[in-house]
Amino acid sequence: MAAEKFTVETSLIRLFAQALGDTNPVYYEETAAGTDAGGVIAPPTFIQASAHWDPDYPLRWQPDKPWNGSGPTEGTRVERTGGGTGLHAEQHYEYHRPLRPGDVLTATTQPGKSWTREGRRGGTMQFRESVTEWRDEAGELVLTTRSVGVTTGKVVTSEGGDK
Amino acid sequence: MATWTAENVEKGAKQSKVVADGLYRTQIVQYAGASGDFNPLHTDEVFTTKIAGYPSVFAHGMLTMGLTGTLLTDALGNGTLRTFGVRFRSQVWPGDTLTATATVTDVTRSEDGTLVSVDVETVNQKGEVVVSGTATAAL
Repeated sequence: MAAEKFTVETSLIRLFAQALGDTNPVYYEETAAGTDAGGVIAPPTFIQASAHWDPDYPLRWQPDKPWNGSGPTEGTRVERTGGGTGLHAEQHYEYHRPLRPGDVLTATTQPGKSWTREGRRGGTMQFRESVTEWRDEAGELVLTTRSVGVTTGKVVTSEGGDK
Repeated sequence: MATWTAENVEKGAKQSKVVADGLYRTQIVQYAGASGDFNPLHTDEVFTTKIAGYPSVFAHGMLTMGLTGTLLTDALGNGTLRTFGVRFRSQVWPGDTLTATATVTDVTRSEDGTLVSVDVETVNQKGEVVVSGTATAAL
């Protein structure tokens, strides 16, 4: 996640909760006041939606940029999506306080460890970690995320990633 | 209201929730729209089957983690989580039914409150683990 700035908004929290099928009243402004949180807060994995605020996010179609999905053709195999592919191996969050609508967050991302492992189904697997700190406008750390991505040597078949 | 409170939570307590009951491709698309992750592997059946070589599109790992998180907030309340981390163990496919289970592994009560540690695991209809991890919450 490389959004330099991310404004937390009720509408996006609503969309995110709806996508998870989560009817918890805390995510909807018409019902949140009556909950233990006293108002809308963001779901635990909501920071992923900061991708919308990243001008260079590679997994969103944008005009005048190459896209590898189907359309004019059946698509194009590229390193970051198709066979011989980058997949998400681990995701970790450390919460310092809940995110609320109106929060304006800034991110600082640093690479973490990297390592390789021989997989049973995926060939040689290359793991890379990145750590992002999210701070509010007062400079307070509100959320730390640690993501581990894996690049496999071949398509990982239906029984899933190697353990 | 949360199932587990500072007063009633005990080590060994367990709670499960069906977090997906026959996953629709449309829900995967909804998650793409909400999260902003439009990777064709999750949204484009033509690309994923004909170019990438998978049997169909599959769910974002983060959709499965988010679904698993709904169990944690049901069980532990809103805004109580201090950590939540998972490994993605197997892919989740359209049609899958997923059941998430949280098991309390530790409860520490002090003047500052009650800190709860849980193991969390989500399995598909075949019993295969799709994500596993841990979370902590301050109640």
